[in-house]
Amino acid sequence: MWDYSEKVKDHFFNPRNAGALEDANAVGEVGSISCGDALKLMLKVNPETEIIEDARFQTFGCGSAIASSSALTELIKGKTIVEARALTNQDIAEFLGGLPPEKMHCSVMGQEALTAAVAAWTGEAVDEDDHEEGALICKCFAVDAGMIERAIRTNKLTSLEMVTFYTKAGGGCSSCREPLEELLADVNAAMVADGTLSAAEAFVFGAAPAPTPKAKATGFVIPDLPPAPPAAPAPLQEPIAIQPIRVKPVTAAKLPPAPAPAPAARTSAQEAIAIARILEEMRPTFQADGGDVTLLDVDGNRVSVEMTGACAGCQIASLTLGGLRKRIREQLGRDFIVVPAPRN
Amino acid sequence: MTLAPIYLDNNATTRVFPEVVQEMVPFYTEQFGNASSIHAFGEEVGGALRQARRSLQALIGAEFDHEIIFTSGGTESNNTAIRSALAANPKRTEFITSKVEHPAILSLADWLEKHEGVTVHRIPVDNEGRLDIDAYRAALGPKTALVSFMWANNETGTIFPVDGLAELAHQAGALFHTDAVQAVGKVQIDLKATEIDMLSLSSHKLHGPKGLGALYVRKGTRFRPLLRGGHQERGRRGGTENAPAIIGLGKAAEMTLATMEQDLPRIVALRDRLEAGIVSQVSHCFVTGDRRDRLPNTTTIAFEYIEGEAILMMLNRQGIAASSGSACTSGSLEPSHVLRAMDIPFTAAHGAIRFSLSRETTEAEVDRVIAAVPAIIDQLREMSPFWSSDGGKAQFNPEYA
Repeated sequence: MWDYSEKVKDHFFNPRNAGALEDANAVGEVGSISCGDALKLMLKVNPETEIIEDARFQTFGCGSAIASSSALTELIKGKTIVEARALTNQDIAEFLGGLPPEKMHCSVMGQEALTAAVAAWTGEAVDEDDHEEGALICKCFAVDAGMIERAIRTNKLTSLEMVTFYTKAGGGCSSCREPLEELLADVNAAMVADGTLSAAEAFVFGAAPAPTPKAKATGFVIPDLPPAPPAAPAPLQEPIAIQPIRVKPVTAAKLPPAPAPAPAARTSAQEAIAIARILEEMRPTFQADGGDVTLLDVDGNRVSVEMTGACAGCQIASLTLGGLRKRIREQLGRDFIVVPAPRN
Repeated sequence: MTLAPIYLDNNATTRVFPEVVQEMVPFYTEQFGNASSIHAFGEEVGGALRQARRSLQALIGAEFDHEIIFTSGGTESNNTAIRSALAANPKRTEFITSKVEHPAILSLADWLEKHEGVTVHRIPVDNEGRLDIDAYRAALGPKTALVSFMWANNETGTIFPVDGLAELAHQAGALFHTDAVQAVGKVQIDLKATEIDMLSLSSHKLHGPKGLGALYVRKGTRFRPLLRGGHQERGRRGGTENAPAIIGLGKAAEMTLATMEQDLPRIVALRDRLEAGIVSQVSHCFVTGDRRDRLPNTTTIAFEYIEGEAILMMLNRQGIAASSGSACTSGSLEPSHVLRAMDIPFTAAHGAIRFSLSRETTEAEVDRVIAAVPAIIDQLREMSPFWSSDGGKAQFNPEYA
């Protein structure tokens, strides 16, 4: 069963202002029996003051449709036409303590009925664009195929994400993603056929998203870091190659610690800069061991480094990389894989 | 409300018999071994599984117990049967089913049609839900790989003559599958006397546990597993057996079969009493489905000019559980595809309520429902813009039709 609020249940089981209003002078009728809900809103408006003196409804529909209708009449009674006009479906939903997403269209129906009744009072033409067209695709936001198609065509939308941005369709429970994708593909195909969209841009159902070139963090500059201090003179010059391997904690860098990890998400370029900075900080440690590590590339979560000297090919290499990885994780707040570049 | 609840939604699911639960519990706590294991923990489970398989075999009248493959439910059984038949007959690329099947058949059919190059024929029904046999004959051909028709419809209870439909399929060289999820336990089934190749069933529709089903595959039928894995179910369905559930289903099948002959006529009488009691008191309502041949426990009554979810909420407040083909209960705006296929007008399809009884339903419960329904219908009709107070349809044609 739906998760209806107590207020929804109250307005369903004890509807206010249900039934016909004999001396109504402004009536709004919306919905249809095929859609499963319809609402007839009857208003008695004082011609002098334009105050809605009485409001009653008749509703064909589910529990939340009846509750929304009841809420609507309560909200508008005593208001002027001008005040009532400002009412939105969100006001109805809020009055009821919220509606399940699938039932938001019930509140929209209430608002539509009010618009129709106000139009009947003022004699304005009802906006034809409010018609429901085609199948209802997105149930959360009650968006039908007609509206989505218009948005796709007018704005040349070619991705699901953009369709959601423009129409809200698919922005709720996501259960309509599949029909939405199909609709997008169909409309795009039609646009290609009539020449308003190039075939390369069109969304194709089932196709993997076109690869977007990744902003590779190559060739970046480190703006505010002083040049790495000259390598400390190696304590031992010649016999280094035969020295027993000293397992040295690579995190014990003597340089001042890098800034604390920023809570905000970094861009990939910012991440690469931060990694370069960490590497520069650790470099003296590597150099003290008679080797060196240079950053080659940061791509996604892969950090490629070139290892030279004593660091390359020896057991210490994995320790070095492990320490580097740990340090990066600590500072950037997410895990990277540190891989040595293949040696030529 | 302090009134005892009345459960008339047994086509959705059933109460697990207490005897079934009792039978299952030791296989969670004591005899928890894997039936595939060689040690004593597994040995006893194996024996109990064999017994359960035989009980189910008896209920559906299968010739051999190894014709039964346990699955996770009716949906898996249906998916397995359809995909198996298509994979085993690669030169045949057409699939015939009906417009009123369960979504476990229809949504797979849509997918196969759209993405896997399968031609799907959806055979229509008449306004009583009966299959258009001529359309079926016309659709059969040398390319038909599989025919799948439900034994009984979950919404209206209408029964399809599946044994005859199976013979027609075989004349065209096609395999025949039936989704008998609603029929098993509610009608006499003797598979060995039919030409049905595959049959799906679900445990929780006959007072067994949820999460378990079975697929009957006639000995000799070409088969391709859906789930590949271990050697369980003779390599036809990988995955460790859900032993407690299988044992529970075995017990439920045994109990159902033991009292079926006495139960079914009693359920029919109660259902008819309910139906007559409501229809005689409420105007502008009618029973849907084939009243000459339908499930003994099911009645779907369409109440015109009102919406089903509202009726269900009112019933629920009086402790009565039923269900609706209404769109609003499912979150879709389309009313039941079954009622639409039967060309039931929208004015009535939205207000269709299904009452489905079980062998646990009592006369007192039925009478309470008969007493409750008319006032609920009246109350909602008074609120409906489509209902005229002098009875019948009001003049109401909203702007946004």
